[in-house]
Amino acid sequence: MGRNILEEYMNRKYDADIKPSPQANLIKDKTAIVGIGETEYSKNSGRDELDMACEAIKNAADDAGIKVEDIDGLETFTLDRTAMPFIVSTLGLKNLRFASEVSFGGGAACAVTLHAAAAVATGVAKNVVCYRALNEASGHRFGRGDGYAKYMISAPTPHYGYTFPMGFCTPLSWAGCWGRRWMHEFNVTYEQIGWWAVVLREYANKNPRAIFHDKPMTHEDYMNVQMIVEPLRLFDCCVDTDGAAAHIVTSAERAKDLKQKPVYILGAGQSAPIEQEIQTIYNRPVISGLFETWYAAHEAYRVAGVEGKDIDVAELYDPYSLGGIMSLEECDFCERGDAGNFIEGGDNIRVDGKMPTNTNGGLLSEAYIHGYNLVNEGVRQLRGQSYNQVKDPELCMVTAGPGVPSSAMVLRN
Amino acid sequence: MTVQYTDKPIPRPALWGIIYRSSGSLWEGVKEEKFLIQKCKDCGKILHPPRPMCPACHSTEQEYVEASGKGKIYSYVTYNKSPHKAFKAPYSVILVELDEGPRVISNTVDVKPEEIEIGMPVEIAYEKIDDELTLYKFKKAG
Repeated sequence: MGRNILEEYMNRKYDADIKPSPQANLIKDKTAIVGIGETEYSKNSGRDELDMACEAIKNAADDAGIKVEDIDGLETFTLDRTAMPFIVSTLGLKNLRFASEVSFGGGAACAVTLHAAAAVATGVAKNVVCYRALNEASGHRFGRGDGYAKYMISAPTPHYGYTFPMGFCTPLSWAGCWGRRWMHEFNVTYEQIGWWAVVLREYANKNPRAIFHDKPMTHEDYMNVQMIVEPLRLFDCCVDTDGAAAHIVTSAERAKDLKQKPVYILGAGQSAPIEQEIQTIYNRPVISGLFETWYAAHEAYRVAGVEGKDIDVAELYDPYSLGGIMSLEECDFCERGDAGNFIEGGDNIRVDGKMPTNTNGGLLSEAYIHGYNLVNEGVRQLRGQSYNQVKDPELCMVTAGPGVPSSAMVLRN
Repeated sequence: MTVQYTDKPIPRPALWGIIYRSSGSLWEGVKEEKFLIQKCKDCGKILHPPRPMCPACHSTEQEYVEASGKGKIYSYVTYNKSPHKAFKAPYSVILVELDEGPRVISNTVDVKPEEIEIGMPVEIAYEKIDDELTLYKFKKAG
């Protein structure tokens, strides 16, 4: 006891006092992602979210080679607006044993898989599907402050009462505030952070699923585009998307007999370290970093028994460029404060670089399916099915939303 | 340069029921042009934002102490596009580190967006919105 996680964070040492030991973790190596699916990603689906969720789930079941009726668990975000009873009645599920939703917006992106795996590992359910459907482009937009001010300043998130009245009311600006501090402390330049968007666009240009598949972008284009909230430009923002994605978790035992090469869940964790808020995390002694991403990543590493240097490919949650860039530091792919230098020129995060990152184009250039498309891309990499395939990767790191109670997982082929 | 408002209502802090019990004193204080910070009565830890229990010692006894209102700009952003119908862009939002420790989100009333710098000393200024609500803002320290 007496563990000082802030000191650990600053010294980049994760010293968990959590019991039980990694060996006792029932998820490790015993659960696998066996099927992935998605709908078309577009700017205007013309369909409702239930429709898209069911298509993505059906595609994931087909991909795995299991019958839709064999799904006995449902897992999604609290933010998902499809109603689970209609998912059940639309898909014709007969044996639902487990249903749950995870909170914290994009911070749930890996936690859903963790909860599904926990249900599978403990025998509560056999085949759990994790799904997320949203009409973010044509319907409700998270990126705007209008409309949801009253809902945001509520009992679960009273801290917004200290920010919205000052006109401080969008995720991009909340990130810009800790991002600016990070840039200030470590002398990071606009030119450097631009490389994130440029490399992700290169990946997207080779990925036919990507919204920006047909739209190339140079570093010059990046520097010339308008600032939305300084220090962040239009091309630092994720792409509002209509679409759905899903993946199916089952036991390692059952995974062996299915259609695809199993992708095992080696370690996963959730996090909400000190002075947690929903993105307005400004009362921590240090705000020039993503404490919750660091914590979740290291919990995933601890359970998996691996370190950052063992990872071959990373899918880092990037609702805005800085979320992904700063996660490179938090996952130990580069030193603290060095991510700007690490991505400069782009080679380190390209497909044959030190750490190929967001190889589908990420949330910036493939689609914003609240991180589920990053999970699917991680699975594709480990199966050898990516449009930007890394050579023979064994381990993939996937992270979730920055600045909120978050999650992360290590996948193994 | 302070934030310019449109004729649309600005989003308001939650001043009702369960939330009010924690944050009420802060907003009541601001109405009287005092910035009150919550402090744990048992261990003395400063709690900002206000909350019903001290995370260090789990005491539920709090008091409010008046802050000096002085601090430094710790970070900032500038909206070039308005994110909300109540506010006219461009405007900046600053994160101020008060001398007492807590960091608060606010706006400047007299600094142009392009002149804002991290480390700039500021002091509190009050902006009365209406009879119900006064906001705490900051001006260059004199």
